[in-house]
Amino acid sequence: MVLTEEDHTRFQAILDGLAEASNAKLVFLLDKNGQQIASCGQIDDLDLTSLASLASGTVAATQGMGQLIGEPSFSTLFHEGQEDNVHLNVVSDRMILLIIFDERSSVGLVRLRVQQQLDALAAVIDDVMAKTEKHDKIQQVPEQLGEITDEDIDTLFG
Amino acid sequence: MTFINYAAREINCKIVYYGPGLCGKTTNIQWIHERARKEAKGKLISLATETDRTLFFDFMPIELGTIRGFRTRFHLYTVPGQVFYDASRRLILKGVDGVVFVADSQELRHDANIESIQNLRENLAEHGYEIDTMPYILQLNKRDLPSALPVEQLERDLRFKDEPIIEAVATTGKGVFDTLKAVIKQVLIDLKSR
Repeated sequence: MVLTEEDHTRFQAILDGLAEASNAKLVFLLDKNGQQIASCGQIDDLDLTSLASLASGTVAATQGMGQLIGEPSFSTLFHEGQEDNVHLNVVSDRMILLIIFDERSSVGLVRLRVQQQLDALAAVIDDVMAKTEKHDKIQQVPEQLGEITDEDIDTLFG
Repeated sequence: MTFINYAAREINCKIVYYGPGLCGKTTNIQWIHERARKEAKGKLISLATETDRTLFFDFMPIELGTIRGFRTRFHLYTVPGQVFYDASRRLILKGVDGVVFVADSQELRHDANIESIQNLRENLAEHGYEIDTMPYILQLNKRDLPSALPVEQLERDLRFKDEPIIEAVATTGKGVFDTLKAVIKQVLIDLKSR
């Protein structure tokens, strides 16, 4: 997948609006492979890379269960905690919208605000994926990367 | 699927360590985590059973530096090796850019290696990947054990293309970084050639 600065800005604008409207502590968009796309909000010392990996694993496992029982799509997951809660949505079957919220919000409000933004988010995702597909046909990698040499790779390992 | 993030100027790739149960996949990742530079590595996440067998996956991110202005980040995953966790193994292969097959050199595990490579082939195919054309390294682990089969025999039975073979003793770190380096090199060359 290829994410341009322009697309990142479009995602970011939706996430910023969602974070404010839902009183969330964190709104985080990642792809189903666990790659981070954009986020809004911050929780002290939270490791977003690990969070993305675990969230994508959770969604993958849940969808795997769905296949076993003949349910094609579990689109929403909700983990209720003592203080913090996690709400996960699969968007456009490509990405995961993860929201962490506490007592300043509620699952109802989060669900409502997510529903209101799903179409806008899906439109950007579909656009990005269409562009990635087109990009794949022309050239998958940025020009600079086509010039990678063995020395460049060896340098990475010091 | 390599993720190229122009906004953050990053390339993110996914590498999966595959192989039969108790072959040393987690030990590889643990060694890398212990020895990698602090600023280069992220947390090691292990979803394991109470007896320390991998239940779902181990995960650690590693950042190796900048190449042509792009930060290179690699997400390392292991799969659970036990036969009955096949559904989990299949999930973890989604979006993979390169595979390390960790073979257990012991004679008693020879059939398990062969079965696991076949399982890898099938699970990759489920995602539309072709093992014969993707970045792939064969690591022969546990070379220090007296019951280890000769390299020539393992090569004959397990190697199916011109993949690099690396001898290793993951508990002491022998061959661990060489394996990582080899797979990363293949992934980047594959990326470049697309």
